[in-house]
Amino acid sequence: MESKSSTTGNRDNPNRNLHGSKTMMASHFLRALFRIQQTSTSSSSAGRSRRIRRAAYASMAYSAGTRRAWSRALLRKLRSRARLRFPRRLSRAATPQRRDMDQAQVLRKLVPGGPSMDDCKLLEETADYIRFLTTQVRLMQTVMDSVSS
Amino acid sequence: MSSRGSSSRITDEEINELVSKLQSLLPESRRRNIGRASASKLLKETCSYIKSLHRDVDDLSDRLSALMATMDANSPQADIIRSLLRS
Repeated sequence: MESKSSTTGNRDNPNRNLHGSKTMMASHFLRALFRIQQTSTSSSSAGRSRRIRRAAYASMAYSAGTRRAWSRALLRKLRSRARLRFPRRLSRAATPQRRDMDQAQVLRKLVPGGPSMDDCKLLEETADYIRFLTTQVRLMQTVMDSVSS
Repeated sequence: MSSRGSSSRITDEEINELVSKLQSLLPESRRRNIGRASASKLLKETCSYIKSLHRDVDDLSDRLSALMATMDANSPQADIIRSLLRS
């Protein structure tokens, strides 16, 4: 039986956990960028962009490893070579203000592995996913800045 | 919500804890926008935030791709990346 304290149990200092992951993320992503640069001389910019995007999600997932449901779900998607797609528009028509439950459903579609999570796990996983996402975005921005200077 | 029975029913306290955790993940500008956050508003803002992060990844991928087109394997930028990887 899963205990409620698992939310904070091994994550007393989430920043400490993230630090090692940041290094892994950067290293993985840069290696991937280098590979992409070497092997895509004649391919289109759009194709290269797709590969870079994929590398971004891959480095997030690999650095988080298998200890998180979202990263396991992402790794599965990446290995099956399925297209990585996240829904942009989630409602067909303009919907009136909805209750919590419906927003939780929306959130489930945005976090990898979301559909199989209960509300409590969803919030834990969302927190972790956001941390890794923001780190990845910052990493990409840093690469942009240092390479274009 | 959960199929595990009454033992996994989430308490109000736990909701508040998770809500404040979610709140702390939003950047200041978004936190200010929602003011006194209800769980519902917070969830909505979280969804919006995640979607914008996904867009950032797409956008930065496009820009990095365009940048790569202007680089060749012997450019100084490639050297920077190479040395970063070696260290």
